[in-house]
Amino acid sequence: MKYESQKVAIYYFAAAMGLFGVQILVGLLAGTVYVLPNTLSELLPFNIIRMIHTNSLIVWLLIGFFGAAYYLVPEEAETELHSPKLALIQLGLFVFGALAAVVGYVFRIHEGREFLEQPLWIKAAIVVVALMFLYNITMTVLKGRRTVITNILLVGMWGIAVFFLFSFYNPANLSLDKMYWWYVVHLWVEGVWELVLASILAFLMIKMTGVDREVVEKWLYAMVGLALFSGILGTGHHYYWIGTPGYWQWIGSLFSTLEVAPFFTMVVFAFMMVWKSGRRHPNKAAMLWSLGCAVFAFFGAGLWGFLHTLAPINYYTHGTQVTAAHGHLAFYGAYAMINLAIITYAMPYLRGKQPYNQILNMWSFWLMSGGMAFMTFALTVAGVVQTHLQRVLGMSYMEVQEQIALFYWMRLGAGFAVAVGVALYLYAVFGPAREERPASIPSSYQPAE
Amino acid sequence: MTERFTKAAARNIFYGGSLFFFATFVALTALSHNYIVNTSTNKKTLSEAVVRGKHVWEKNSCINCHTLLGEGAYFAPELGNVWLRYGGDKDPEGAVMALKGWMAAQPSGIEGRRQMPQFHLTEGEVEDLAAFLEWTSRINTQNWPPKLSG
Repeated sequence: MKYESQKVAIYYFAAAMGLFGVQILVGLLAGTVYVLPNTLSELLPFNIIRMIHTNSLIVWLLIGFFGAAYYLVPEEAETELHSPKLALIQLGLFVFGALAAVVGYVFRIHEGREFLEQPLWIKAAIVVVALMFLYNITMTVLKGRRTVITNILLVGMWGIAVFFLFSFYNPANLSLDKMYWWYVVHLWVEGVWELVLASILAFLMIKMTGVDREVVEKWLYAMVGLALFSGILGTGHHYYWIGTPGYWQWIGSLFSTLEVAPFFTMVVFAFMMVWKSGRRHPNKAAMLWSLGCAVFAFFGAGLWGFLHTLAPINYYTHGTQVTAAHGHLAFYGAYAMINLAIITYAMPYLRGKQPYNQILNMWSFWLMSGGMAFMTFALTVAGVVQTHLQRVLGMSYMEVQEQIALFYWMRLGAGFAVAVGVALYLYAVFGPAREERPASIPSSYQPAE
Repeated sequence: MTERFTKAAARNIFYGGSLFFFATFVALTALSHNYIVNTSTNKKTLSEAVVRGKHVWEKNSCINCHTLLGEGAYFAPELGNVWLRYGGDKDPEGAVMALKGWMAAQPSGIEGRRQMPQFHLTEGEVEDLAAFLEWTSRINTQNWPPKLSG
C-alpha cells in the first residue's frame, strides 16, 4: 500500500463483510423455511426474509466494489484520493440507508418490485451516495495517471449509477414495467458489473503475477468487449415471455449464448497470466480466490446460464429452481468471489502485516465454494424434476414441491457449510494476525509490486 | 494478441462496439414498447382498478414468494395465469369470490405446509387485485406457461 488514503477501503470491506454475514444468516433462515415451512411464518414471512437476503447481497457487493475502487484507484492513478473524508461520509450514509431499509422491511415498509423494494427516499439516497463516489473517484483519476483499469472501472461504475435511474420508472402496464426493470437488473449483473469484475481481476493479476501491464490491458479490453457485445442484446433472454415480441427469442438465444465467452476468456486470462509469470506471490490465498473467481464465474454465470438460456428450453424451465440454481452460483462466482479476492489481497496491506492466516483463509475458500457447488447441484436437480412434473406433465405447483423436498434439505445442509466457511473467512481476515512462519516463505517468493 | 493489434485498436473496438450494441438494443426496446402498448397488452382494459390492483400486488410484495410471468421468487405458485386456474375466463364472479375466500383464510396454519400471510386486504383491494390478475392473464406471452399449472 503506497497511499495513505487507500486506508478508507478497510472500513468499506468491514461494512461489506458485516452485511455478507447478514445475507448468509438470513439465507439460512430462508432455506429453513423451505423445509420447515411454519418457521416464523407469522412474525417474519418468507417474502420479507427473501427481500433481506437479496438486498443485503446487492448492497454488500456494491460496498465491496466501492472499497475495491478506493483501494486500487490511488495505486493505479498514483495519487492520493481526492477526498478520503467524503469517502467515509459516503460509506456512513450508505450503511445507514441499508440498515434503515432492512429494519423497515421487518416492519413491512417497502416497495414492491423484486430487488427494488427500497422505499423512494432510500433510492434517492442511493443516487446521492453514487454521485459522491463518482465525484470522488473521477476527480482522483483525472488528477493522476490514467490506466485502462481505472477507465474500465469508471465506465462500469458510471453505468451502475445511470442504469439505476430506471428503478424510478414504474409504468402501470406490467409488461412495460418488466421490460424496463431489466434495464436495471440485467444491465447491471450481465453488463456493467462485469466491467467492475474484470477491472478488479486485471488489477489483481498485475499485482500478483507481475505480467506486463500492456498485456493485461489488451486482455481487459477483450474481456469487457465480449461482455458488453454479448450482454447488452443478451438482455433479450428475459424478453421471451413477458409480453414482448417474438423476435427476442432469436436475439436473446443467440446473444445470451455468447455471454459465456467473456467468462471463458477470464479463465484463460487468469491462468495464462499465472502460468506466464512464473513468479509466486506470497499471498497464496488471494491468488486462490482470484483464480477461483474466474472458474466459478465461468461455471455459475457462464455454463449454468447457458443451461436454460435457449428459448425452446427456457419455455419449460423459466422461473423454476433451475433459475435459482443459476442465480446462486453466478452471484457467488462472479461477484462475491471477486470481492473476497480483493479483500484477501488488500487486508494484509491495510493492516500493515504480512499475508497471514493463509491456511484458514484457504480452508474457507474450499468450504464456501464446495458448499455453493453442492447447493447448485441440489437446486439444479430439483429444477429439472420440477420442470418435468409441472411444465411437461402439468402437475400442480404445491404437489411438485413435495416431490422435491429432499433437495431442499440438501440445499440447507450446503448452506450450513457455506456459513461455516464465511465464519472462517471473517476470522482469517479480521481476526488476530499470525505472523507467517518464515519457512513457508521461500526466498524466491516475491510480491510483484 | 499479436503486436500489430494495438491497445488503441482494442480500446476503439470496445467503445465503438458497445455503443453500437447499446444503440441497437435501445431501438429494439422502443419497437417492443410500441408492441406492448398496442399489440400484446390491452390498452382499453387497463382500467383504474387494474392500476390499483398492481399497487396492491407491489405494496404486499407478492413477488417475493410468487412468480409473475415466471419472474419473482420460486416459493409459491405462478400467478400470471392464476385467473385461468380459478376459472375466471368462464366465471369471473366466481373467481373473485374464490379469491376473496382464499385471502381471508390465510394463513392456513397447517403444520408442514407453506404459509401465506394474512394481508388484511379490504374487499375492494381484493377486487382490484383480481382485476390486475385478470388483465395480466390476457397478456400475449408467446403461449407461456406451457401448462395451466403455471
